[in-house]
Amino acid sequence: METMYQLLDAILPFEFLSYSFMKNAFLAILLISPIFAILGTMIVNNKMAFFSDALGHSALTGIAIGTIFGIANNNISMILFAIVFAVALNMVKQKTTYGADTIISVFSSIAIAVGLAILANTGSFNKYSSYLVGDVLSITWEEIIVLAIAAVIIFVFWYYSFNKLNCVSLNPALAKSKGINVKVLDNLFVIIIAIVVMLSIRWIGILLINSLLILPAASSRNITRNMRSYHLFAVLFSLASGIVGLILSYYYNIPTGPMIVILSGAIYFVTFLLKDRVKE
Amino acid sequence: MKKACGLHCTKINNISVKIGKQEILKNVNIHIHCGELTVIIGRNGAGKTTLLKAILGEIKHEGNITFVDMSDNTTKHIRIGYVPQSINIERHMPTTVYDMCASFMTYKPIWLKKDPKIYAKIKEQLKVFGAEQLIDKCVGNLSGGELQRVLLTIATNPLPNLLILDEPVSGIDKNGIKVFYELVNKLKNERDVSIILVSHDLELVKKYADRVILLDKEILKEGTAEVVYNSKEFKSVFGPMERK
Repeated sequence: METMYQLLDAILPFEFLSYSFMKNAFLAILLISPIFAILGTMIVNNKMAFFSDALGHSALTGIAIGTIFGIANNNISMILFAIVFAVALNMVKQKTTYGADTIISVFSSIAIAVGLAILANTGSFNKYSSYLVGDVLSITWEEIIVLAIAAVIIFVFWYYSFNKLNCVSLNPALAKSKGINVKVLDNLFVIIIAIVVMLSIRWIGILLINSLLILPAASSRNITRNMRSYHLFAVLFSLASGIVGLILSYYYNIPTGPMIVILSGAIYFVTFLLKDRVKE
Repeated sequence: MKKACGLHCTKINNISVKIGKQEILKNVNIHIHCGELTVIIGRNGAGKTTLLKAILGEIKHEGNITFVDMSDNTTKHIRIGYVPQSINIERHMPTTVYDMCASFMTYKPIWLKKDPKIYAKIKEQLKVFGAEQLIDKCVGNLSGGELQRVLLTIATNPLPNLLILDEPVSGIDKNGIKVFYELVNKLKNERDVSIILVSHDLELVKKYADRVILLDKEILKEGTAEVVYNSKEFKSVFGPMERK
């Protein structure tokens, strides 16, 4: 840990990185941003933006159910509930003839309502209300290690499974005819999203987490023509808005999460305006 | 290129599909030899797409599919290729034809550097359908006919024993459909493959099909286009075929 801090001081001797909580936040952003960007590329392609939003909202329910069962570690109860939530949603989505948006909305509303009801009833709502906005400056070294492990796992998953995910996204029946196990892959993908979202939600906040998944990929999609540049620009946009957002929040006393999202939003609009010029 | 030997037989045995209480398909039996183009026709809602889905194993069904090599009379595992009517793409989607073909061919992630070997191989495969110039185009900008060529390329590499084609109904013009039929015909003549095509264009079917199956929940009539088109079953479904 100390060596990592010394390394940061040596490479980036900036004033904003002189505090250790800023160093931690900086490292966390370096880890979270690329993961969210690459997962976002497929979420946007699959039109799952609303799905990942609902998933983020289920965090409160996970915590609430955890408090009932006396699970001390919030992360575990949140992740478990999010996985169940995501897989159940996936199943219902395939079985019904309603639009997916309606089903997701139903699930999402129930999850929030149940979460709020339980937390209010047990008097612990105030304790967890910070999850709504999140605070990346309070991340600890141990939590960074957890994020790093998650990042490695997701990278490996993305390396070996992305092409198959892309096939399923293009046409599930075609993917199946090529021997791809569509259902397993579909569920694996939402489980991975569930884990990443829940591990990061305390630092980003329930209200903003989805924008980190969607905005970099959506911006990149505006100006790119193939998968390579799609990934590259999503990661670049995500890292840029994360790091610059952290720096600005330090100097202008604005919360980090909202600052990052404002920057991502600005990038989105710039790419949106460039769209026709780049694509045609 | 290996010509069709006529010794491979795909047997579709007793396929029945029920959704809830409703019977969609009843006892469908089809035998197809390699080098044969079998076309399924029928009115809207006759169960054509359902039959394809059942053969692909997409939906629950009774009955089975076996693949027999008649040179030594053994049953083998069947490889099925599929050309869907359409795929989930949009204009401006950051996916090129290379990206799409490569995802079906290799696990090497398409978000990393292009692999020159795979690129050359895909180009070679596209060439069979006269589509090699499309390799760097965005899939969202392809015309219906161009997309169909790319999908044929994906479905036929590796070469399946049975190729299932769902003829596109929209986004493709009359001429495009004709080219599509010609490509399928070429494939049938040059490769060792059986083909099932679900069609919505009765005129072209007449010209290219070896066998026509008229479907409406069950097989109403099968045989050459001549036989089926002149049958009373055909007339009861489509009315007398108008002369063009």
